[in-house]
Amino acid sequence: MEETLRDRIQGIIDGNDVVLFMKGNKNFPQCGFSATVVEVLRRSGSEFQDVNVLEDPAIRQGIKEFANWPTIPQLYVRGKFVGGCDIIREMYEKGELEALLSAKES
Amino acid sequence: MLEAEVLEQRIRDGLGEVSHLVITDLTGTKDHWEALVVSSAFVGKTPIEQHQMVYAALGELMAGPVHALALKTYSPESWAKAEG
Repeated sequence: MEETLRDRIQGIIDGNDVVLFMKGNKNFPQCGFSATVVEVLRRSGSEFQDVNVLEDPAIRQGIKEFANWPTIPQLYVRGKFVGGCDIIREMYEKGELEALLSAKES
Repeated sequence: MLEAEVLEQRIRDGLGEVSHLVITDLTGTKDHWEALVVSSAFVGKTPIEQHQMVYAALGELMAGPVHALALKTYSPESWAKAEG
């Protein structure tokens, strides 16, 4: 991956506490998996920055290499990759997601 | 077009020991799949690492033929608990 693209992605992640790379946007998800994560984040009461990869082919491809994760959506909290739809939903069901989202910056 | 057997074989080859594996075609179109995988290779790994191991086993299939893959990964111990 080009350094400039990696820097761009890193910049987005560093600039927001909670970032969701998704298909569509938070008001109009264009994929069921992305919609699930948006819904779960809403229920957890978390503000988050959405990044629509469908509008940015470079990020769409780059983000997969960035996290060594071949699918979208991808959630990042305070700079750390949290997972895709299945992991996030499972964390939500266990109450771990809310704990992570509400944890104070250490 | 993919067959479930191809995914199954790739996952088994990639992970080594797989004690339980269920591949489901979610939409009947052979591109939206679910895989339930129980493997001792997952012991001590985080959920992220477990999913990355399955993705790695599927390799280039993830970059096209597989449009969507819902994953449920368990170590043998966590699977025993999940089954109750």
